[in-house]
Amino acid sequence: MNKEKDMQNNTNFSSPSGVGGRFSIDNNGYYGEFGGAYIPEILHGSFERLKEAFYAIKDNASFKAEYYDLLKNYVGRPSPLYFAKRLSAEYGTNVYLKREDLNHTGAHKINNALGQILLAKRMGKTRIIAETGAGQHGVATATACALMGLECIVFMGKTDVERQFLNVQKMRMLGATVESVTSGNMTLKDATNDAFRYWCSNPDSFYIVGSTVGAHPYPDMVGFFQSVISEEIKWQLQEQIGRDYPDYLMACVGGGSNAMGTYYHYLNDERVKIISAEAGGLGIETGETAATISLGTTGIIHGAKTLLIQDEDGQIIEPYSISAGLDYPGIGPAHAFFAKIGRTKVHPINDDEALEAAFELTRLEGIIPAIESAHALALLKKERDTFKPDDIVVITVSGRGDKDMDTYVKYFKQ
Amino acid sequence: MNRINQLFQQKSENILSVYFTAGFPKLEDTVPTLQCLQANGVDLVEIGVPFSDPMADGLVIQNSSHAALQNGMSIRKLFEQLTAVRTEIHIPLIMMGYLNPIMQFGFEAFCKECHRVGVDGMIIPDLPMSDFLSEYKEIASRYGLKFIFLITPETSEERIREIDSHTNGFIYMVSSAAVTGTQTSFDNKVEYFNRINSMNLKNPRLVGFGISNKSTRNMVNLYSSGAIIGSAFIKALQETQDVEKGVKLLLENLEK
Repeated sequence: MNKEKDMQNNTNFSSPSGVGGRFSIDNNGYYGEFGGAYIPEILHGSFERLKEAFYAIKDNASFKAEYYDLLKNYVGRPSPLYFAKRLSAEYGTNVYLKREDLNHTGAHKINNALGQILLAKRMGKTRIIAETGAGQHGVATATACALMGLECIVFMGKTDVERQFLNVQKMRMLGATVESVTSGNMTLKDATNDAFRYWCSNPDSFYIVGSTVGAHPYPDMVGFFQSVISEEIKWQLQEQIGRDYPDYLMACVGGGSNAMGTYYHYLNDERVKIISAEAGGLGIETGETAATISLGTTGIIHGAKTLLIQDEDGQIIEPYSISAGLDYPGIGPAHAFFAKIGRTKVHPINDDEALEAAFELTRLEGIIPAIESAHALALLKKERDTFKPDDIVVITVSGRGDKDMDTYVKYFKQ
Repeated sequence: MNRINQLFQQKSENILSVYFTAGFPKLEDTVPTLQCLQANGVDLVEIGVPFSDPMADGLVIQNSSHAALQNGMSIRKLFEQLTAVRTEIHIPLIMMGYLNPIMQFGFEAFCKECHRVGVDGMIIPDLPMSDFLSEYKEIASRYGLKFIFLITPETSEERIREIDSHTNGFIYMVSSAAVTGTQTSFDNKVEYFNRINSMNLKNPRLVGFGISNKSTRNMVNLYSSGAIIGSAFIKALQETQDVEKGVKLLLENLEK
C-alpha cells in the first residue's frame, strides 16, 4: 500500500513546464532551439485552448486522483521493474527491465492516452482522433475511447494497416474507425499528416497525439503523462537495490515518448548516463533508414522545429524501418535537444540487430518484446564493453511482441 | 508602390486571385501559366512552392505538389524560371509555401530572390505570427515584400485585429474550417462574413477555400473584395494536363 501512496506523493505534478532545470521549456514550447508551434491558423484557437486546459489541469488534485486510479486499477500499474538475471549474466552487468509491455493494451502508450482522454473529457470533447504507426497508440486510444464512451477515429498508413493487422482488428473491435491513409509512404508520417488535416476540418475534435512530437504543448504533455515510468523506476530501484538511480538508462526513440517517460525524472541527475536507440533500418549509409538524430538536419515537421531526415531542398525523405513504431523521419524536439547538448548518446540500431536482440531476450528471459523495444535491448550488445559488473542498467521494454509475430516468424524461418 | 497595394487601390471588388502549384502539370509550365492567367483577366496570382508534406492541403494540392516534385521543381528552379517574369507579367505575384523548404533555402535568401525577380508578397501558412514578428518581419519588409496572413472562422476578434495591424496588403480570409479543396456549403457563412465586415479592418479581404463555381464566387464577391481559387484550378489542370485548356476550363466552371 505504501507504494501506491508513494506513487501519488512522489509525482511532481506541480513542476513547471518541461522537466525543470536546464530541461525546462520556454513559453513558446522550445527546448533550446527545438520545439515551438508551426501550425496553420485554423488550429491556433484549438492549441490555445489545449494549452490552457492542460496547464490548468496538470496540478489539479481531482484530475490527478482520477488519472492515478486508472493507472493503477485499469492499466495495472506500477509496471514491474524486473531484474533480468540471465541477460545480466550474458552482459556481465546488472540489467533491469522496466516492463511497460505488461500494461493493459501491451505498451506504454496507454499512460498517455488515458491522461489525454481525461483532459478531453474535461474540455467537453466528444470526438477523439489519433495517428498510429505500429498500432499501439491506436489501440490505446481506441481503448480509452471505449472506456469513456467517446467517438474514435484512428489514422493509420496503409502500409502499417497491412503489417500490423492484428492491431487494426483490435481497434475495430473496440469501436474505432480506422482510416487507412494512402498518401506518401503510407506510414506514420502520412497518418499524422492526415490526422492534422482532419483536425483542420474539424477543430472541435480532440487530437490525442501518441508521441512527444508535434507542436507545443504536445511534446511536453505527452512527456508528462509518460513520466510515471521514471517516477516508478525511482522508488522501485530504491526498494530493490537501496538507491534510487541507475548508472545507465536506455530506451528506443521513434517520436520518443517511452524514452521521455524513462528519462523524465533523471534528466537533471548527472550520475545517470542515458543512451537512446533509434531505427537504423538497413543501415544509416543505405538510405533505407529512420535514424533521425544520426542523419537529420534542423527543420519543421508536424508543427515542431526539430531534427528530420530531409533533402537539401527541405523535402522530407521517406524513412524506412522494420519497426512501424520507429518508422518516422522526425524526432521529438526534446530528444533533438538532449542529443545536441550531449545529455543523451544515440545509437542507430539496424533491423537485424533488433531482431537478434528480440530473440535473445525471448530465449534468455522468456519475454517476447515489441520490435521497437528490441532496438533498445540491442544497445546492450553495442555498449557491452562500457558496463562494469556492478553497474545498474535499466532498459524500458516499451511494448510486447504479439503484434510483431509475423516479422519474427519470417526471421525465425531464415 | 507594391503591386498588391496598387491592385487594391484600383480595384475594390470582384478581384480574382488564382493559386497554382509551380511545376505542375509540367516543370516548365510556370511562366506560361502566369501569362495565360494574366491574359484572361486574373488580377493576382499565388505561386505555390511544392512541399512533400503539405499539412493544410487536401488531396488535389497534395497530388499536384507530389507531381511537381517528381517533375523536378525546387525553389532554386522556380527562381530561375521567374528570372525574366517582369518583362511580361505586370499583375502582382505572391509566393505561397510551407516554412521548411523556405527555411532550408534560407529566409533572407528567399526574400532576396523574390525581390530580384519581382515577387510582391508571400504566404507561409505554418509560420506562427509570433515568430514572424520576432524574426521575419523586418527581413521581409527590407525586401519590399508583403506578408499575407490567414484568418478563419475560428480566429478570435482580438487576433484578427492583431493580424490586421501587422498586415499591409490584404487578409486571406479562409471560408471555413477545412483544408484546401474541400467542397463546402456557403449557406451558413453570412454571419462570419458580416462579422468580419463589421470590424472595419484597414486591410481588404479576399476569400479562399471552397470556391469553384459561379454561385460560390458571387457569394464571396458580395462580402469581400474578391475570391481566391486554388484547388478548382489545379483540378482543371489535372483534367486537361494543359495550361491554356486548364485556364479555359476554370473560367467556364466559374460561369456555371
